[in-house]
Amino acid sequence: MIVANKNKIVKLAENLAADEQTSGRSLWADARTRFMRNKAAITSLVILVLIVLFSFVGPYFAVWTYEQIDWNTMGSAATLGMPSIETGHYFGTDDLGRDLYSRVIQGTQISLMVGIVGATIAVVVGTLYGATSGYIGGRTDQIMMRIVDILMAIPFMFVLILLLVVFGRSIIMLFVVIVLLSWLDMSRIVRGLTLTLKNKEFIEAARTSGFSDCQIIIRHIVPNLLGIVAVYATLLVPGIIIAESFISFLGLGVQEPKTSWGALISEGAGTINYDTEWQLLVPLSFFIVTLFCIYFIGDGLRDALDPKER
Amino acid sequence: MSFLEVNNLNVEFNTADGIVRAVNNVSFSLEEGKILAIVGESGSGKSQTVFAMMGLLDQNGRATGSVKFEDQEILNLSISELNLIRSEKIAMIFQDPMTSLNPYMKVSEQMAEVLIHHKGLSKTDAIKQSISMLDAVQIPEARNLIRMYPHEFSGGMRQRVMIAMSLLCNPKLLIADEPTTALDVTVQAQIMHLLSDIQKEFGTSIILITHDLGVVAGNSDDTLVMYGGQVMEIAKTELIYARPTHPYTQGLISAVPRLDDNADKLKTIHGNPPDAMLDPVGCPFSPRCKCSKDICSTQTPELLEAGENNHFRACHVAFEELL
Amino acid sequence: MNHETIMQVENLKVHFDVSSEGDMPWTKRKKLQAVNGVSFELKSGETLGIVGESGCGKSTLARAIISMVPAETGRVLWFGKDLLALQKTEMRKHRKEIQMIFQDPLASLNPRMTIGEIIAEPLKTHYPKTSKADIKLRVEDVMNKVGLLENLINRYPHEFSGGQCQRIGIARALILKPKLIICDEPVSALDVSIQAQVINLLMDLQKEMDLTLIFIAHDLSIVKHISTKIMVLYMGNMVVLAKSEDIYNHPRHPYTQALISAVTIPDPKIEKNKDLILIEGDLPSPINPPSGCVFRTRCKKAQDICSQEKPELKEAVSSHEVACHFHD
Repeated sequence: MIVANKNKIVKLAENLAADEQTSGRSLWADARTRFMRNKAAITSLVILVLIVLFSFVGPYFAVWTYEQIDWNTMGSAATLGMPSIETGHYFGTDDLGRDLYSRVIQGTQISLMVGIVGATIAVVVGTLYGATSGYIGGRTDQIMMRIVDILMAIPFMFVLILLLVVFGRSIIMLFVVIVLLSWLDMSRIVRGLTLTLKNKEFIEAARTSGFSDCQIIIRHIVPNLLGIVAVYATLLVPGIIIAESFISFLGLGVQEPKTSWGALISEGAGTINYDTEWQLLVPLSFFIVTLFCIYFIGDGLRDALDPKER
Repeated sequence: MSFLEVNNLNVEFNTADGIVRAVNNVSFSLEEGKILAIVGESGSGKSQTVFAMMGLLDQNGRATGSVKFEDQEILNLSISELNLIRSEKIAMIFQDPMTSLNPYMKVSEQMAEVLIHHKGLSKTDAIKQSISMLDAVQIPEARNLIRMYPHEFSGGMRQRVMIAMSLLCNPKLLIADEPTTALDVTVQAQIMHLLSDIQKEFGTSIILITHDLGVVAGNSDDTLVMYGGQVMEIAKTELIYARPTHPYTQGLISAVPRLDDNADKLKTIHGNPPDAMLDPVGCPFSPRCKCSKDICSTQTPELLEAGENNHFRACHVAFEELL
Repeated sequence: MNHETIMQVENLKVHFDVSSEGDMPWTKRKKLQAVNGVSFELKSGETLGIVGESGCGKSTLARAIISMVPAETGRVLWFGKDLLALQKTEMRKHRKEIQMIFQDPLASLNPRMTIGEIIAEPLKTHYPKTSKADIKLRVEDVMNKVGLLENLINRYPHEFSGGQCQRIGIARALILKPKLIICDEPVSALDVSIQAQVINLLMDLQKEMDLTLIFIAHDLSIVKHISTKIMVLYMGNMVVLAKSEDIYNHPRHPYTQALISAVTIPDPKIEKNKDLILIEGDLPSPINPPSGCVFRTRCKKAQDICSQEKPELKEAVSSHEVACHFHD
């Protein structure tokens, strides 16, 4: 069948198109495309995934556990504790003869967990608190934000160190205090964003349609915040990791024999003069590389979600 | 000597989606002392045409073609050469007077700056001349108001300040890019009345860019209609309204609701104005044109003479065959 | 289609508290009277056009009518019930019957939702027991009514043009089959050729679905075209309330006369020869409005009585109310 008339062909195409429902190109999809174009962000994402995988898969290749003491190398880490494949100490040993490979994996697990879980809780609590406060406004908003101000005024490090000294070292305590104070910044940021969003016409349209405040906050405000929240969240993770590492570096963090990057770096720094560079370099590299990756990912996310690109 | 001649002006932008042609082969001329209105909807390229002339395109924009002002080629001049022409020979006023004026400088400083820079006047002389120019644009108590900041003026007054500033160096050509779009209708009437007074008093030529067909009807000698980056029709204003010869012009004029008209339904042009043209092929209006033939979507119509008195139209369909 | 009165607004007043520089938290705030005693009656099937320039309070009025902005005094009787006296939850039930469409078509749509979701949401909220299949049918039906292809149901707002976005907004307003739609400058942000499409669409839908419209705009030509009666506002005060043709054929208030003469008509013969009535000066400060008649500072007819006594809105001739001591 030869369709000679161009108009007929156009009509045919229109009819075919009318039957299938085309799916739209959401703003998330746009952002994802832009993120993929950012080489630094993608590379960082890949490296980060590898590090996370390493913390899960690594133990299967370990010869020693993280607390086993290799009596052969204890005391002579500089000569016998060097990284080597034969002894099974892929990253070397620390001064007590414990395998650094397993300890680094241990540290990675703990630090990442504190960072990611901590950031997640902070984001969820901070977002809901800030969005509600910003949307409701008026006196409620004032009270809610003053509470945040008061909590922020508490000297975090002081209080944490005090608690740890009084109640003993505990990863739970560390975790709880870090999270309790991380959501504060997020709630301020989200409240500010909510205030801008509140005046947009689609929120007004939602109110004139008779939607409840709860529905508006959850269906209309929060989804439009998520982009920026995601960016700030990626900045929270390194912040939490650094806080935890600092506490552990001071010797107040995770309890022995468990360890974290901070504790390992602390130990490694202490033995620098004894020719055991790997004790410092390995955990430090993990720490630095991970943080850089998260920063680049955060940067990439921010560029991808930049409204100017729309 | 011709006053202003634009020939085959093209403006392209380098975007992430490819090269976008905002202005496609635009040609027109302007006689000294006349007012030319450039009408178009969004995506017509009317603003980009004058931005190209004044060297105000964005970083990723490129203009080709020829723009001759008083027989001097001014397209793509260097910044320093352009600055000799800007303000002194060709001045421009923009749509939003709030963002066109520096909010941190008093009006007196902003206006004096123009005269000090271009005419080398002393500060006192510059301010004196600025005050008399503000008087000319009917700002009451200019002597006192000149010391205020832009945000202390109303929208209409700010636009007057803009007009005054643009006339300080007595330019031969004034380009007004949607000067009254952001203003109330009574204020719009005041401003257009002012522009017409100025034109009579100083003999300035004006290029008026707008989408408001009513403003064009009352304030221009010639009208140029643009669509999708191309010129559709150019003619004397009276002729374009009395006897539009292009399907787009006809459609546009019948789509505007008139205060003196009691028709029940407005005649519409179906479809939507185009976004930026990625690969302009054929007539940009053909998808929405009732009279379009096959050739319209494959070959760009040339701008040809359609009558005497500087009347041009770009359409494959002869006037007699229009529906 | 009967012509019963569906809404009666009585002496509606809205003010905003304005803080100025140097105010302490306890200083009494200055009052900005945005709406100063507006009253009108709306009959079923009518279109009331509300016109005015910036600062006249037309948008505030629209929002005060549906309790989106708190009113100072006044009543808004909807089928006899005072909407302003209702609790929030009670009022929510009536929101099904009064819908609104907005000026910025793209900004009035949630960018993270598909247009199908946007249009369906009011239906899901007010009638939560509707089945998914029914919802889809209703959404497609209303999309057809406004001229949108059904297969676009999963697209996102930013993929549409301004005119199409406005159609989506109209579809969302229609899905609950409201009795009244308040249109707040619905075509101001659209191109001229698209304005005509949307205006025609609104007029068609009005006939088809027996709607009553309140149409707010600053463009008198558009308002006159679509409205049966027109109200002109100036600094929150009613200046004129009359039938559309009457306003144009015989404007009786000095402000209306100036307004009409300022409106441009796309006809050079008319424009170049018309007798332009120019209003001098600027809008006075809304915080310190002139005493008596607010328009007197710019009115050529102003006399002593205008500063002493505020003119009431009175019938000059049948169905043509004017607020002026010296109206024509």
